[in-house]
Amino acid sequence: MKKNNIKLMQGNEACVEGAIAAGMKFYAGYPITPSTEIAEVSAQKLPRVGGKFIQMEDEIAGMATAIGGSLAGLKSMTATSGPGFSLKQENIGYAALAEIPVVIVNVQRSGPSTGLPTAPSQGDMMQAKWGTHGDHPVIALCPSSVKETFDLTVRCFNLAEKYRMPVFLMLDEVVGHMREKIEIPDASEIEIYDRLKPTPGDENYLPYKVEEGQIVPAMAAYGDGYRFHVTGLIHDESGFPSNSTEVAQTLMTRIMKKVEDNINDIVTYEESNTDDAEIILLSYGGTARSAKSAMKKAREMGLKVGMFRPITVWPFPEERVKELAKQAKSIIVAEMNYGQMVLEVERIAKGTTDIYHVGKINGEVISPDEIFSKIKEVL
Amino acid sequence: MSSQLVQQYYRADKLPHIWCPGCGHGILMRSVSQAIHNLGLDKDKVCIVSGIGCSSRAPGYMDFNTLHTTHGRALAFATGVKMARPELEVIVVTGDGDATAIGGNHLIHAARRNINITTIVFNNNVYGMTGGQYSPTTPTGDLGTTAPYGNIDKSFDIATLAEAAGATYTARGTAYHAQQLIKLVENAIKNKGFSLIDAISICPTYYGRKNKKGSVVDMMNWLKDHAVDAKVAQKLPPEKLEGKFLIGEFKNVTEPEYTEEYQKIIERFQKER
Amino acid sequence: MGNQKENLTLKIKKDWCKGCGICVAFCPKQVLDLKDDKIEIVDIEKCIKCGLCELRCPDFAIFLGGNEDEEK
Repeated sequence: MKKNNIKLMQGNEACVEGAIAAGMKFYAGYPITPSTEIAEVSAQKLPRVGGKFIQMEDEIAGMATAIGGSLAGLKSMTATSGPGFSLKQENIGYAALAEIPVVIVNVQRSGPSTGLPTAPSQGDMMQAKWGTHGDHPVIALCPSSVKETFDLTVRCFNLAEKYRMPVFLMLDEVVGHMREKIEIPDASEIEIYDRLKPTPGDENYLPYKVEEGQIVPAMAAYGDGYRFHVTGLIHDESGFPSNSTEVAQTLMTRIMKKVEDNINDIVTYEESNTDDAEIILLSYGGTARSAKSAMKKAREMGLKVGMFRPITVWPFPEERVKELAKQAKSIIVAEMNYGQMVLEVERIAKGTTDIYHVGKINGEVISPDEIFSKIKEVL
Repeated sequence: MSSQLVQQYYRADKLPHIWCPGCGHGILMRSVSQAIHNLGLDKDKVCIVSGIGCSSRAPGYMDFNTLHTTHGRALAFATGVKMARPELEVIVVTGDGDATAIGGNHLIHAARRNINITTIVFNNNVYGMTGGQYSPTTPTGDLGTTAPYGNIDKSFDIATLAEAAGATYTARGTAYHAQQLIKLVENAIKNKGFSLIDAISICPTYYGRKNKKGSVVDMMNWLKDHAVDAKVAQKLPPEKLEGKFLIGEFKNVTEPEYTEEYQKIIERFQKER
Repeated sequence: MGNQKENLTLKIKKDWCKGCGICVAFCPKQVLDLKDDKIEIVDIEKCIKCGLCELRCPDFAIFLGGNEDEEK
């Protein structure tokens, strides 16, 4: 009988468990509240599984070193919070253009600047999409429980490997620091995705050539005998820099379409009580927990309230929100910021339904009652 | 047809390179590949990492595992490659601005860790790629497009900086003294720790023209006439060293290497399993 | 490089030469000169195959080559 592996675990710790379950063998980062436990647990667990940990001199270096580790063939991760997330942006763009699989965890804290370091927030959501300069594909997942943190970290690695790009796990301090029961699935039950490798001994391997039927170019590791070039300049299929506008057009279109053409594979969300819902609560991460209890309270009073929770926040679940907007009298977006994902909802559903926002910028969590009173207000 | 060195160690279809006529970087790049040849390294196990700037275009031409990263961050990327695959010989090619201005923090920490990475600074005392601004190694008083009234900064002695931070091999060479530079690169690679070579290059297009240093050949002759080997300098009276700079090997010691120390931690658990 | 001096001869690759003049200036035997900003062997007899030109050529445009690698 399978011994079930049940633990009481902190969100940050579950993130590392998930990363190791996904095959993480390299962590490079820098301490920053409220993410530091991820570094500490990685430092403790990685050598035990033949993996490696390094604490770098700043978050820029942490991001660069994680990318270097991935180029040498190891599944790599780094974790940080707002200030470090800002510092990592340039190298995140590098990983996007050079198509290097890497997982970046942002345990969001109250910003901006030093802000309230131990207080929760969801104020970096737009930064995840627009933080680095230039157009580039973005995938960001957002857990609202300790168990889901484990699952989504695994998913982040799989998506990073499959689409050869940086993938964000947008945690917040609530989920990152809370402790909850978690059943760690047996390794055999976890689906693992590894990057596409070139056929062994392929003499004319081109690091950026997409073969028939592939989504991304095959990715060799440094030292495997392919001796290829990687750069942050626009590059042709050989990886060598190119100033040609055609090469730039082809490359940029291809990397943007990696996500655009695979929305169904990438985007996931959770719905409850939406069939007959007149008011739909749209919330994610830690705040979704409050939204859920507000919905329950409203339902108990016979109010037709449903909930939609994006698990993939980028790309935003546009199609489903569009459909729900047609049915709902109003959508209430609850998020710990001054109004970020609500802008996406407005972009999609403004004019189709009324859109309201319950926000927080003082470092407190949004309580169920605050959401509940908004429900009553918009009835 | 091209030389055997080019055939064996370069992506010849990508040559000729982008550097200006008389730029010293081609000589430095050649010296690095000559040293790799002399050591008989396996090309598949050599990884050359660079940052941004004229210097950092070198790896693109060289037939190894090559990585052209972001400005100042070559050493951080290289640390990731070396940690993940310590059997790779990791060499960083970087410029004076790339390594000691924006990349300064990574330089001192890589040296402090004594991680086995050989860093060669293509030091031409200028930001060439962006058109001739002064850099952290531009001599005080010299001109740059951003020092139109004379540079008031003091400049770094990169070798001493790296040594103070913990590098176990430091040296300086020049584009003129290419034969010696090849030897220095060999010794730097052989050092099982952080090695840094301050390789003085020449930039006739910007630094040379702006500071009226004469022709390409004049600039090479300047290197010839102003470099003094460190061993020779010890026997010379101070006035003989006036206005001169030291070349050769400055430090070459052995201390615990970062990836080997980490491997010991891993092995502690492998025995347990 | 590896092969002995006897079967090496001085070779130039004009299309890569950028006319910087370094090899001409530092050739100990004045074997070389620039013609229309390109390297030119003016007196091959005086070449002692010391390789200083190849050592300091920034563009790989002059080298001591064997005859066997003619093709590339």
